[in-house]
Amino acid sequence: MSDEEEIILMDLNDDDLVAQIKDDLYDGLKDEVFEGVEILLERKWAANLILSDVLVEAMRIVGVDFRDGILFVPEVLQCAGAMKNGMGLLRPILAASDAQTSVGKYVIGTVKGDIHDIGKNLVGMMLEGAGFEVIDLGINNPVENYLEAIDKHKPDILGMSALLTTTMPYMGLVIEELDKRNILKELPVMVGGAPLNQEFSDAINAHSYGRDAAMSAELAKVIMGKNA
Amino acid sequence: MTRTVISSATKEVVIGFDQPFVMIGERINPTGRKLLAAQMKEGDYSLVEQDALAQVAAGAQVLDVNAGIPLADEPKILADVIQLVQSITDVPLCIDSSIINALEAGLKVYKGRALVNSTTAEDEVMEQVLPLVKKYGAAVVAISNDETGISEDPDERFEIAKRIVERAADHGIKPEDIVVDPLVMPIGAISTAGRDVFHFIRRLRSELKVNTTCGASNIGFGLPNRHAINNAFLPMLASAGMTSAILNPLHEGLVPAIKAADMLNGVDPHCANWIKTYRQPPAEGQGRQRGRRGRRSA
Repeated sequence: MSDEEEIILMDLNDDDLVAQIKDDLYDGLKDEVFEGVEILLERKWAANLILSDVLVEAMRIVGVDFRDGILFVPEVLQCAGAMKNGMGLLRPILAASDAQTSVGKYVIGTVKGDIHDIGKNLVGMMLEGAGFEVIDLGINNPVENYLEAIDKHKPDILGMSALLTTTMPYMGLVIEELDKRNILKELPVMVGGAPLNQEFSDAINAHSYGRDAAMSAELAKVIMGKNA
Repeated sequence: MTRTVISSATKEVVIGFDQPFVMIGERINPTGRKLLAAQMKEGDYSLVEQDALAQVAAGAQVLDVNAGIPLADEPKILADVIQLVQSITDVPLCIDSSIINALEAGLKVYKGRALVNSTTAEDEVMEQVLPLVKKYGAAVVAISNDETGISEDPDERFEIAKRIVERAADHGIKPEDIVVDPLVMPIGAISTAGRDVFHFIRRLRSELKVNTTCGASNIGFGLPNRHAINNAFLPMLASAGMTSAILNPLHEGLVPAIKAADMLNGVDPHCANWIKTYRQPPAEGQGRQRGRRGRRSA
């Protein structure tokens, strides 16, 4: 017999259940988060409320502890996986409703000539955790891909990543191209990647420089706050 | 037995299956080092000098030199740094840049046979880097990715490495002058990153018969106590057949771990290197000194 009493999610009242889902997400427990969200839906909770007050709020705590060095990358990836699992239940409902549900739309991609994506993926997950709808263009993106995605998805923020000193100037090129088309003044562009620094970000006219994944998500939220 | 010979004006280092593991010092690299980057950009190389000497003193047999600073004149800085480092140490250098003009500027001033870092399997990159490697008679690091990205499947990456070796042959570069970098992925993001790379290295050694190197510290990205991970990882890489790595020899415990691995892997005959490095000096007036015969006859 185990000393710990097994927690039956169904038996918890709403407050305890929400607290438990947050704990479970923090612990990266996929199935438990899924079940918790399912129960909340059965109890007629609105999908956008579950998203903002439960999942995003839980990921916010994950982000803070990641930034402070309490949680580490593999744990954050598990948390993001648990969040995704819960989101899977909410997404079809949210898509069917007109309600404004995401914090903002974020198009992200690694630039042309560069095939590195672990850092970029991490940023994407932190953004999703922060409640953004993330459209990931993957690696090796020429300027046309960004333009096409901007046209198609009308994002609130564009994020570009590069891991090489040879590929990072390409970010500047994309920004110039956006400026030429009068898109830049409407669309904040964030840049990131190991060889970058604030100076470079300023030099290429980027809106902001995301030092790491947690910071990038924070900055993106600030940008949305300012735009709102 | 595959042997990749690189040299400075006065010293030869062999990367090879029957050789001690070659430690390539990674410190002369401004990526992520604000102060070093700022200094190098201003033409102040005092930190570079310190880093060069400290790494050699710590046991690095080769030094990597990288001058990848945003918005700086990379070819000039790289050439300056190479000349400086060659004037104060005698170890061969690994010339590290993703900018072709910088590689050429570095190779032009380099004395000896350099290791060029690097080419990938991307067509455009190979067609620029390989002719340069041939022209200067250098050896080259070959990174196992192509236009489509970094495959998570080590066997796919093996095929990519093979493609670089074949293309290099077209340019007249021998397989023994290619040192394959299998690309170490962060274990924190990909749980099988360790065993994938061991598998890959075994194949590279037994089937492609090439030497190997890597930036090992990537393995611990995003994890606590990264040093300890490296100190375990490097001996494991050596055991799987890796013959060199780009690493920080100043990290506590790393050099002893690699030297111990050399001994245990049978590339330190009679444990001579190990004993020479770690023997406690006898107290004054005690013990006989070995190696006196040499001194007497001198």
